[in-house]
Amino acid sequence: MAEIKYTEEHEWIIVEGDVAQIGITVYAQEQLGDVVFVELPAVGAEFTKDDQASVVESVKAAAEVYAPFDGEVVEVNDALEGDPGLVNTEPEGDGWFFKLKVADPSQLEDLLSAEAYKEFVAGLG
Amino acid sequence: MSEALQRTPLYDLHLELGAKMVPFSGYEMPVQYETGILAEHQYAREGAVLFDVSHMGQAELHGADAAARFETLVPGDITGLGQGRIRYTQLTNDAGGIIDDLMVTRRGDQLFLVVNAGQKEIDYRHIGSSLGENVHLTTLDTRALIALQGPMAADVLGALCVQAKAMAFMTMIDAELGGADCFISRSGYTGEDGFEISVPADEAASIARLLLGADRVRPAGLGARDSLRLEAGLCLYGHDIDEATSPVEAGLAWSISKRRREEGGFPGAGVIMDQLQNGAPRKRVGLRLAGRAPAREGAVIVDQDDQQIGAVTSGGFGPAAGVAIAMGYVNPDHVGLGEQLGLIVRGKRLEAEVVKMPFVAHRYFKN
Repeated sequence: MAEIKYTEEHEWIIVEGDVAQIGITVYAQEQLGDVVFVELPAVGAEFTKDDQASVVESVKAAAEVYAPFDGEVVEVNDALEGDPGLVNTEPEGDGWFFKLKVADPSQLEDLLSAEAYKEFVAGLG
Repeated sequence: MSEALQRTPLYDLHLELGAKMVPFSGYEMPVQYETGILAEHQYAREGAVLFDVSHMGQAELHGADAAARFETLVPGDITGLGQGRIRYTQLTNDAGGIIDDLMVTRRGDQLFLVVNAGQKEIDYRHIGSSLGENVHLTTLDTRALIALQGPMAADVLGALCVQAKAMAFMTMIDAELGGADCFISRSGYTGEDGFEISVPADEAASIARLLLGADRVRPAGLGARDSLRLEAGLCLYGHDIDEATSPVEAGLAWSISKRRREEGGFPGAGVIMDQLQNGAPRKRVGLRLAGRAPAREGAVIVDQDDQQIGAVTSGGFGPAAGVAIAMGYVNPDHVGLGEQLGLIVRGKRLEAEVVKMPFVAHRYFKN
C-alpha cells in the first residue's frame, strides 16, 4: 500500500509507480459541506504545479483544486458526475478526483506526511 | 475592525445541537447542523424543521393613524388589513427602490412588523423619523422569533396549541405556548406550510426545546433556509432586491393593491406607477440550468449571441430539480418562458432556460 501524502491546500495524494491519485481531504469536505458538482479536468490535460485542475462546488461555495505538482491527467473519476456526494461520504476513497502522471518526482518531496498535515490542520483552529 | 457579533437567545442550544456557526447580519447564526444543508432542506419538504430567526427585527407601531401613516412609506394596502391578518410589503425610497421588505400584521390596535436583520436599524430610523408625532414605533428587543416549517408543522404545533392547526395562511393569533405569551403567525419563507412564532426571549430556548422534542422536528440552519427560499422563488434582501430595484422589476407588483396603484401616496410612486403601466427596464426571472454546476450571485447572463443582458442575483443547486437553479435580472426582451440564455461561470457559458417561479410549487395551507 502506497503512502498517503497531503498538501496545505487540503488535497491528498497516493503515488503508485509514476501515477498519483488525488482528492480532497476529510477536513476539506467538512469545510465545504454537501458537494453538488465537481468540474474535472480533461484526460490528457497537462498541468504545472499550482495550476487550477478542478473546481468543487458545494451548497455553500466553490473551491478550486490545484495540481500539487507537474503532470498529465491520465484518468478522472467519472463516478463524481452522477454522485458528487462521494466527495463527502468517501473523500479519501471513492471520492477521488483525478490521476496525474508525475512529470518530476523531485516535486513529491514537498508533500506533507499524514502527521505533518494533521498538525497543519490542528493549527487552523 | 468589525463590531462584536450578537447572539440570539438560542445560541447555546445551537452549539448543543452541533451547529456550525457563521457571521450573518451582525449575528452568530447556525448555517447548518450535523446532517448538513441538503438533508435539512429535504426534511423541510417532507417533515418539519425549526429555524432560529431571532436576528430579524420585530417592532410595533402604535397610534390612531398608524395604518394610514404607514401607507405613506409602503405600497401595500395596510388600512384595509383585517384584524389578525398579515401582509407582505416593502419600504420604498423616492426612486422606487426597496429599503427593505417586511411583514405587517394588524394585531389589536397596533401594527406588528417583522423586518430583515441586516436592515433593521435603517428601517427603524426611517420609520421613526417619517411618521409624525401621533404614531410611535416600539422595537421588541426582548422577543425572539422561531420558524417551524414543513408539511408536518401544523400537526406538531397543533399538538401543543390547538388553535394553531385551524389558522388560515397569513394570519396571526396571540396564544400560549409552553406557558409563554406568543404571537403565532401562519407564514414562512420556505414555500411550505408553517409558522413563525414570536416568543419572549427568556422563554425562547424552552419553547424551541419543546418543539424539537416532537420526534418529527429537526433543526435547520441558514443554508437550508436559503436553498428553500430560492426553490420557492422568494427574494432575499440585499441580493435579489435592494435600494436600486423596484417592486415591479422584482416581480412583486402582486403585493401592490388596486387602490394603492390608483391612489399612489408612497415613496417612489411616480416611478412604480409608470413601470406598472409601461413596463420596467428589467425583470426578475427564474433560470433552470442544464447541469448541476451552480451559477451564483454576480454571474453574467448572456443571450444566444453571447451579449450581456443581465446578472444572476441568487443561485445554487436545486435539490428538487436535481440541477442548478438561479434567479436574476434581464432586460424585458428575454423574459419569455423557454428563452434559452447563457450564464457565465469561470469564463464558460452554462446553458439555462427561463422558467416559471416558484421552482417548487408552494404548499401553503388553504382551508
